[in-house]
Amino acid sequence: MIWSTLKLWFHKLGSPPIFSVFARRVAPWLWAAFFACTLYGVYLALYVAPPDYQQSDSARILYIHVPAAWQAMLAYVIMAVLAAIALIWRIRTAEIMAMAAAPIGAALTLICLVTGSLWGKPMWGTWWEWDARLTSMLVLLFIYVGIMALYAAYDDPRKGARVASVLVIAGLVNLPIIHFSVEWWTTLHQGQTIRIFGESKMDPSMIPPLIWTTLGTKFLFGAALLDRARNLLLAQDQHKAWVRRELAPALDDRKQPA
Amino acid sequence: MTRTRKRRMMIVLLILTGMSVATAVAITAMQSNVMFFVSPTNVAEQELAPDRKFRLGGLVADGTVVQSGDSLDVQFDVTDGNHNVTVVYTGILPDLFREGQGVIAHGYLRNGRFEAYEVLARHDETYMPPEVQRALEEAGHPAAGGESKPAYGADA
Repeated sequence: MIWSTLKLWFHKLGSPPIFSVFARRVAPWLWAAFFACTLYGVYLALYVAPPDYQQSDSARILYIHVPAAWQAMLAYVIMAVLAAIALIWRIRTAEIMAMAAAPIGAALTLICLVTGSLWGKPMWGTWWEWDARLTSMLVLLFIYVGIMALYAAYDDPRKGARVASVLVIAGLVNLPIIHFSVEWWTTLHQGQTIRIFGESKMDPSMIPPLIWTTLGTKFLFGAALLDRARNLLLAQDQHKAWVRRELAPALDDRKQPA
Repeated sequence: MTRTRKRRMMIVLLILTGMSVATAVAITAMQSNVMFFVSPTNVAEQELAPDRKFRLGGLVADGTVVQSGDSLDVQFDVTDGNHNVTVVYTGILPDLFREGQGVIAHGYLRNGRFEAYEVLARHDETYMPPEVQRALEEAGHPAAGGESKPAYGADA
């Protein structure tokens, strides 16, 4: 019963008009949740959390850096699942969503790299070093950009999405490299602080802001993904009847004299 | 699942497996090249050619930092617990540099001393407020302020 309901829901969302309505209704809530979580998290990070014993206030950049890094990697996993669905079942909405995820992941990776670099200069004494963690994260950015470029290189978006999806699957190997780079090799980047299994190396008083800003990046990704995918669908189907129906209220508003 | 879909799924899995195997082979082959630094034990065990540039990583040994009064010259020992290497450096040290702190020095080994032209601080993964660190120190906890990662050990 639950399985068949889920299956029906899955098939329904595969239809562009239904997906468009779903995204239009859900995305604003996700944006609101993103702003609420992030604002509260940043407030906790700047005013409530204590400074670090060695780095003092510089450590606070981690409340942006770490959630961005986590979400940059989670975004890739989600994109890879969507790409696999796109390759195996040829569902157009999955193709569009996978391709819509790439620029968001790229932006999160860039945020991670920039905040890390800003922190590295005063703490390590360098903006950039070619150690395994930093390099593998830069490779992630290049893979994201490569996916975007490959998708854009084809006139037929469906063909482009399928070719780029193969690159998405191939690039998946970079994720374990990023994660384990600080364990497999000696690196300038420190080891893992937060552990799901076992004891985290962070004082409990510093954890709450991290939880809120991390939740914020999840909502940010969801909101941006739905909006981007819907816009791509509307743009590609602009001459189809469902788009006219979907956008009719907005178009009617525009016709009215100011 | 239809036959075509099964075939496509096999292709997806094949790409994934192929990439994983290729990457695993490449990573294993490049293992030592990807290492960012070597430990004093590595230096002691291997006959490293003089004038070969490399990075030396470890902890600043307690009581070994000698700073010159009228210049930026500084000398200190880098240790991994088993071996020490004396490092000489001229320049400004990063904020986190102190005794017991992880550092990475980039330079050459000459006449038994490591002549560094760049010294980076290495931060460990421990984050805690100053009060907690003070409390740990008062309790005589050895982990307070020190490196907890075994990466500086002989096997690093």
